[in-house]
Amino acid sequence: MREMIISELSEALHEIAKGFAHFLPRVLVMLIFAVLGWLIASVAKVILRSVLRLVKFDKLSENAGASQLLSKAALPSATEMLSRFVFWVTWLGVILLGVNVLGIFGLQEQVAKFFLFLPRLFVAMFIMFFGLLAASFLSRATLLAAVNANMPSPRVLSLAVRSIIIVFVLSIVFEELGLAEQTMLVAFGIAFGALMLGLAIAFGIGGRDLAQRFLEKRMVRGKKEENEDELSPL
Amino acid sequence: MAEENFLTDEFLRQLINVGEVDILVGLPTHNNAKTIGSIVQTIQSGILRGFPRERAVIINADGGSRDGTPELVTGVSIDDVRPASNLGALRTLHSISTRYSSNSSSANGVAFRTILAAADLLRAKACVVMSPESANIEPEWIAKLLRPVYNDGIDLVTPTYRRHKFEGLLITNLLYPMIRALYGLRIREAFSPEFGFSGRFGNQFLGQNVWNDGVEGAGIELRFTLAAITGKCRISQSFLGEKDRIERHAVDLVPALRQTVGTLFSALEPDFPVWSVVTGSQPASTAGSEQEVLLEPLRVNRKRLREMFLSGISELESVFQSILSAATLAELQQIAQLGEEEFHYPAQLWVRTVYEFAASYRKSVINRDHIIQALAPLFRGRVTTFVKENRSASEDEVESNIERLCLEFEQQKPYLLEIWKSKE
Repeated sequence: MREMIISELSEALHEIAKGFAHFLPRVLVMLIFAVLGWLIASVAKVILRSVLRLVKFDKLSENAGASQLLSKAALPSATEMLSRFVFWVTWLGVILLGVNVLGIFGLQEQVAKFFLFLPRLFVAMFIMFFGLLAASFLSRATLLAAVNANMPSPRVLSLAVRSIIIVFVLSIVFEELGLAEQTMLVAFGIAFGALMLGLAIAFGIGGRDLAQRFLEKRMVRGKKEENEDELSPL
Repeated sequence: MAEENFLTDEFLRQLINVGEVDILVGLPTHNNAKTIGSIVQTIQSGILRGFPRERAVIINADGGSRDGTPELVTGVSIDDVRPASNLGALRTLHSISTRYSSNSSSANGVAFRTILAAADLLRAKACVVMSPESANIEPEWIAKLLRPVYNDGIDLVTPTYRRHKFEGLLITNLLYPMIRALYGLRIREAFSPEFGFSGRFGNQFLGQNVWNDGVEGAGIELRFTLAAITGKCRISQSFLGEKDRIERHAVDLVPALRQTVGTLFSALEPDFPVWSVVTGSQPASTAGSEQEVLLEPLRVNRKRLREMFLSGISELESVFQSILSAATLAELQQIAQLGEEEFHYPAQLWVRTVYEFAASYRKSVINRDHIIQALAPLFRGRVTTFVKENRSASEDEVESNIERLCLEFEQQKPYLLEIWKSKE
């Protein structure tokens, strides 16, 4: 009986040791992957940071209004943020490749999902950045045009343009990421519809006189308004 | 010979039929049926009077008129002019019209390029470009713009006009003083729809790389003048007379800023080696009066101008923060606090504002067109002050005020160089 227990125990220990001996190299490989990944990610970060500084990415980000958002959230500059993001994604990606080597059931599928998600994440970031850039450019263009045309409330107009574009961009970004697609679609529809209805009511009721004056000015040939353009600039 | 691939075969055929010419009159048009007939007659009369023995051609570059403008140009017969003016030409006077397709922003550039290419192919010795809108053009204008080129070997003849003291304020308050301070030559009308030039200089400009850099449309006339200055060409001015005001009213401020200030700012970067070493300024030789000022009363809505300045200062603060230094913006905000009677936008601050805009344009701190648009409300503020200062000023006083502004531009040039070179 005693011999049997010892035999079973030694066999179990032997199996564990065998399993451990079988698993240990994989762990070591994973650790090597982690170290290699850290090196690759660090190099990628340094290269990207240099390239972004060279192309004055921070300036572009400032123009897009992204820098202001980051600054308000006490986050580093856009160049630093993107460099760090690439560092972590690269390192995580390489670590996950290493984890894959461990052969843990179910983990491989999750790793594959992660790598499939990466392109969508990059596309979403791309859309977000250029969307912010477009929002900033068009809202400033609206502001300048409204000021030079002597229109009332130029900043409100500019803000409306920016908000509409950002809402639109966010809806595309969420759709690209596959996050709450239905909810986002409905929310966007409701928000956009409400905004348009609100504007229609505001202009219809609040701007009735303005619209009347505008149409009179356009349609009725009346006395020419005295303005500074009578002083020809050229 | 420069690249002439953009010319149509039909146009080339017509040019070949003409052969070589001595005088070429360029007439860029686009829906100018109302004025073009009388203008062509005046041009023909001017050629008959001033150059009866020379071979001459009128080249009409039309941007797709739908009102029959090209037909009117070619339809005007020299025989309509001869009996009226009792003149006779010894040579045939040709009129050729060609159409080009172009969007509105580059129309001017395409038309001018067509005229230059035609001048090159016809080996024209002296050329003149005339505005299709000048209702009060005189036959003498042709000789005044062409004779210095044809007889005296001048490369570019720019006009001077008799104008109201409150007309052309963008020229008197920015373009003339800034070009004078930077390029060192006192040219009153660097941006004009009428000017004369030698075939040699036209050919030289045609070969320059200005046609593909995005500014070929707006302000090509100014680019041409600046090229003559930087190329050390012989430049002179000719007094033409009073310029028609109706034509000028059609120009709104923002497009005018784009054509003039935008072109000037964009030229400053390639021309830096030239203007950065210039100090002071020299007068350009002028035939006739350098500038005549009309003083007749003219109602100006100063209140509205000031309101638009105030609106700009308050609404565009975020834009100005990117363009102007903190000190300049603070000063502008201070003068915006002043009441209507006390309001004063001093020359010194105006010059600093313009120079900071130029440096920001170079650095593209924001979109360049937005920088130009942002200057409009500030220019209105400056106009308010200029009108107030010169409300009851005599001709000499107006000239003296403009001269003071020019000197301010010259004195502050080191400041422009300083901010131009700074990285931030």
